[in-house]
Amino acid sequence: MFRYILRRLLQMVLAFFGTTLIVYALMFAGQGDPIQALAGERPVTPAQRAYLTEKYHLDATGVGGFFYRYFDYVKSLLQGDLGQSLTGRQIGDILQAAWPVTLKLALIALAVAIIFGVSAGVVAGIRRASIFDNSTLVLTLLVLGIPTIVLAPIAQYFLGVKWQLFPPTAGSQPTFYALLLPGIVLGSLSLATALRLTRTSVAENLRADYVRTARSKGLVKRRIVTVHVLRNSLIPVVTFLGVELGNLMSGAIITEGVFNIPGVGFNLFRGIRTEDGPLVVGIVSVLVVVYLVSNLVVDVLYAVLDPRIRYE
Amino acid sequence: MSDFETVAATENQAARRGPSGEPGTPNQVGAPNKPRSLAGDAWRDLRRNPIFWISLALVVIFTLMALAPGVFTANSPNDCLLSRQHAGPSGGAIFGYDFQGCDTYSRAVYGTRASLLVGALAALGTGIIALVIGMLAGYFGRWVDAVLSRVIDVVLGIPLLLAAIVLLKRVSSESDNARIAAVIFVLAILGWTTAARVVRSSVITAKEQDYVAAARMLGAGNGRIMWRHILPNSLAPAIVVLTIALGSFIAAEATLSFLGIGLKAPTISWGQDIDTGRIHMREAATPLIVPSAFLALTVLAFIMLGDAIRDAFDPKLR
Repeated sequence: MFRYILRRLLQMVLAFFGTTLIVYALMFAGQGDPIQALAGERPVTPAQRAYLTEKYHLDATGVGGFFYRYFDYVKSLLQGDLGQSLTGRQIGDILQAAWPVTLKLALIALAVAIIFGVSAGVVAGIRRASIFDNSTLVLTLLVLGIPTIVLAPIAQYFLGVKWQLFPPTAGSQPTFYALLLPGIVLGSLSLATALRLTRTSVAENLRADYVRTARSKGLVKRRIVTVHVLRNSLIPVVTFLGVELGNLMSGAIITEGVFNIPGVGFNLFRGIRTEDGPLVVGIVSVLVVVYLVSNLVVDVLYAVLDPRIRYE
Repeated sequence: MSDFETVAATENQAARRGPSGEPGTPNQVGAPNKPRSLAGDAWRDLRRNPIFWISLALVVIFTLMALAPGVFTANSPNDCLLSRQHAGPSGGAIFGYDFQGCDTYSRAVYGTRASLLVGALAALGTGIIALVIGMLAGYFGRWVDAVLSRVIDVVLGIPLLLAAIVLLKRVSSESDNARIAAVIFVLAILGWTTAARVVRSSVITAKEQDYVAAARMLGAGNGRIMWRHILPNSLAPAIVVLTIALGSFIAAEATLSFLGIGLKAPTISWGQDIDTGRIHMREAATPLIVPSAFLALTVLAFIMLGDAIRDAFDPKLR
């Protein structure tokens, strides 16, 4: 167990350096003028050029210079110093204001996935091959197949603009009600996956030997399902939802952009549109770290929750 | 229908069909019920699956649309007049005109080509990378497998959309083909991991088979065994995964174009049109709904096709 965690941690460190190296190499190094690449299409004044050259140690050349600058970037990333966006705001401040909104949205999405996905999955798993089961399979396939860039604007148009059931956009201080529709859109994908996972897991466990033993002891079906089957079936679901929370926090670029929710994804969306290089790199770096850490936590959680899985 | 009934029904059909099987497969002497091959079994299941036929029909229609868009619409997608902005249906423009005064339907039809091209070539690139890496890892095992498996883990740990954003922001070329090539390249180098894992595990199963041992005893080298014996036998699961991947690559391309970093202006792509339609949805909804429907149907068609084939080949998963 300890060795597993250690190995997993080592793997994460590798992935961290791998991705940050790619991000860094692509944004700041390589061919062309790195300062111009940073500024996008805007003109750069000599004063700005001198400042940036000193700040990023661009006067050092060669491979050594590249790695010097790379470790400089990693160091400031680990210290939480993300630099400034092209508009002059501290990226750390932007993120600090954005995280609570994104977290709220992610939690709503997760709640939608748990309430509808897991409960429907349990029913579908118990009544396998029934009409309910088959229709959920088709429905989840539809949800999994429709991209968010279709789902989000269409939901916004029909539910927000045409029938006016929900506010079509969230403002700068979004209420729970304003976040509900984006939360449902964002959660629908996790809902479909959670449903399928729960269904397979319940169906598999219902055929396990311990269920037969419980039945032959004369237990009623309700008790077998709630006490014996659910406990074992929900292990993979819990870990999936854990990974999903990490994904939701980093994957809400489209949803937040479409619904105008001032979260992390929205800032990234805006950064891409306005060609704000430092803002994009800063946010992507942080999101990659969030993604890697949440994956690690969930893998370890999985090992703790399910002792049947052995790791060497 | 219970599992037992399904099995009984297929056995009855097999009995009725008698010994005449597919040509080319050796008949077992003295056995009236020739055991069906896995592919034969799968084809039987597929033939009765309506989802398979619907998705196959959609794939064929969209492929034709990509090859010959002129057959599906008489109007040019670039024939735009601002005076027709958001005008209703008229003439050949069955869904009216968009913000720029272009034929909405015609643009959606012409957008098929770029989407399918990116999806198909990215899936092809993914397939090649996955086959090479999966084959090497599965066949040689030991340290080769250890190293390549860690590489797969690391690449799998990179979030696709974020990495694609960073990679594509770097591409400054404005030429059409360069942008299409860049999107294909980015999707291929980020999306090969799942397929590589599938190839690896099927190669591991295949290399333990008797025919591999026989080939080795006859003096075949590693290269020949991999190419002639293991590859054909581990291709089927990879193709299924790649069909599904093709659908998700089309979705990824549209997402990147939607964000404004995928395909750009002279190239017609659904992602961009959805973005423009979304911004003007209060004035007119069809320029949003039509490309959205095209995109959703295409992605769904490939994902459902792959799903149906996988279910047929591996009924245990259901």
